[in-house]
Amino acid sequence: MAEEYVIETRGLTKEYDGTVAVRDLNLRVRKGEVFGVLGPNGSGKTTTILMLLGLTDPTAGEMRVLGFDPMRQPLSVKARVGYLPDQVGFYDELTARENLIYIAKLNGIPRKEAYRRIDEALAQMGLADVADRPVATFSRGMRQRLGLAEILIKRPQLVILDEPTQGLDPQAAREFLDIIRDLRSHGISVLLASHLLYQVQAVCDRVGLFHKGRMVLEGTVQELARQILGGGYRVQVEAEGPREILLQALRKVPDTLSVQPVNGRVYELLAQRDVRPEAAQAVVQAGGKLLSLMLEEPNLEEIYARYFQEVEHESARAAA
Amino acid sequence: MSQHVLRRERAREGSPWTGMWAVVAKEMADNLTSARMHILELLIALTAVGAVYGAIQEIMNTISEDRFLFLKLFTEGRLPMPAFLEFLGFLVPLLAIAMSFDAINGEFNRRTMSRILAQPIYRDALLFGKFLAHLFTLALVLTAIWLLIIGLGIVRLGLPPSGEEMARLLWFLLATIFYGGIWLALAMVLSIEFRQPATAALSAIAVWLFFAVFWKMIANVLAPVISPVRYGFPEEQLRLVQTQLFLWRLSPNTLYGEIAMALLRPEIRVMGFISPVQLSGAILGTPLPLSQSLLLVWPQMTGLVAATILLFALGYVLFQRQEIRA
Ligand SMILES: Nc1ncnc2c1ncn2[C@@H]1O[C@H](COP(=O)(O)OP(=O)(O)OP(=O)(O)O)[C@@H](O)[C@H]1O
Ligand SMILES: [Mg+2]
Repeated sequence: MAEEYVIETRGLTKEYDGTVAVRDLNLRVRKGEVFGVLGPNGSGKTTTILMLLGLTDPTAGEMRVLGFDPMRQPLSVKARVGYLPDQVGFYDELTARENLIYIAKLNGIPRKEAYRRIDEALAQMGLADVADRPVATFSRGMRQRLGLAEILIKRPQLVILDEPTQGLDPQAAREFLDIIRDLRSHGISVLLASHLLYQVQAVCDRVGLFHKGRMVLEGTVQELARQILGGGYRVQVEAEGPREILLQALRKVPDTLSVQPVNGRVYELLAQRDVRPEAAQAVVQAGGKLLSLMLEEPNLEEIYARYFQEVEHESARAAA
Repeated sequence: MSQHVLRRERAREGSPWTGMWAVVAKEMADNLTSARMHILELLIALTAVGAVYGAIQEIMNTISEDRFLFLKLFTEGRLPMPAFLEFLGFLVPLLAIAMSFDAINGEFNRRTMSRILAQPIYRDALLFGKFLAHLFTLALVLTAIWLLIIGLGIVRLGLPPSGEEMARLLWFLLATIFYGGIWLALAMVLSIEFRQPATAALSAIAVWLFFAVFWKMIANVLAPVISPVRYGFPEEQLRLVQTQLFLWRLSPNTLYGEIAMALLRPEIRVMGFISPVQLSGAILGTPLPLSQSLLLVWPQMTGLVAATILLFALGYVLFQRQEIRA
């Protein structure tokens, strides 16, 4: 399999006696990208992650993580991949530093090097002041950051985060996103499973939508918007002038799917891309006065909601 | 469907022991600092001192010309205080169970399991590391108690133990550690099987109670059913006793009791036909050399170790199959 992918699966399937948790998954994550995994509860996100780490055996299919087979070479995979589980726990009676020392030892990092990396990682996560406090006294956000510090001391090439921002306050969540961006700027690939679509859209290069064990959509947000919303770019044009003429002019703007008058002087265009320049030109050429232009980019929340609306419609139709 | 299911047949990369010593070190540090263990260690030390003082008084009173006074420190009791050996029979299982009943389920409940197994180690290293660490802790505690008792003996009896006595006591120490090992393995299996530590602890204690209190009674009822005495022939009687003995020996407590008796009472020449409790009646003449005493209970020793290995293997299989998701 090609080198440019850090994760590549083919026909990956996991059955738990009777129920299929992951079905025929073909997932590809490119080197250096942040890939978001979305999907309702029980759609197979965590199961996929566990298989990628060799922590649970697939029923069928093949996979490569950083070029290794997690089933046959789990140690090579786990030495290079940092994993933050959806529920992180630490040894409460040990201090943050002691917890990290244990992990460093399990990774076979030489003592001196380990201590250096631990200090570095704790400082980077803003935990330097509490490094020698028992983890029992830590808040949820601090634990989450300690989990990230643990990942950093491994110097991973790939980081897998399972719902890392759940339960974090908005400020902490934002910091978390910054850390993810920082990882990417260091050339580390990231697989991020989350329910917080706004956050996923903010950091991910590409996303995959899981539904009932299948990956039903995959691509950049723009691609998904085109596919599901038939565009997804909304341009609001505020202009003065004869309504019918303006409407006609705006309809002729290339890549525009529809134009709706909203109120008085406001028109809304649904387009496949950012058509602000063309819209402005159209208004002016039609003799109107352009007052303002506003762009609303395609929105993952909308894509998600629309997709599942359609699924529901279809299943309702099938039932009828 | 493709045949990737057969993963266990394929060769695994690297050594299953990668990271094991890190686990051992961490677990031992945990054990040696935990309040639970401190309480038990204190309890054992106090019992040892009490029982040994009783034994010393008893030894002083009888003023016998015994070559093996130090062995009597373990086997003599002064009413109402039983001999330390009898205390060991239940203190060792208690210690072992207290250490291991939450070995695996504790990791799940603290949600540390997936984090630990996401490190480059196999499950083998975690399980075996924990078992070894607990065994080492047990050995450490028991050795300390041994030294305490022997020290007390030297001070109070006013003479050092002989080489033969030391050798016997060392073997006895080893046997006691093995006896602990079987309870460690049992508690470990239960900590894998039950997600609730309380359930694991209670079942372990139930098993221990069963063997300590009920098994002999049950064996005595079962034996005549398996080997009935119809006509009262001596062969029939013999078979009955043999069946009974066989059943008794399915219990680790019986095995340990026999080993202890052979090692601490050199006069004992036969193991069998009579129950260990009545064994003092079977004393005939001169004491056996250590090698002969060892030979006498070698099957029992092997039995203890084999049972430990079997239980551990069962735990291993259960643990390998377990879903690591909490
Ligand atoms: N040990 C198990 N035994 C049986 N079924 C299981 C087991 N673990 C998971 N499943 C099932 O597999 C499916 C996928 O679960 P998974 O945890 O991967 O979903 P998820 O996408 O991570 O959900 P969430 O968003 O709630 O975290 C679910 O239907 C779940 O019930
Ligand atoms: Mg999940």
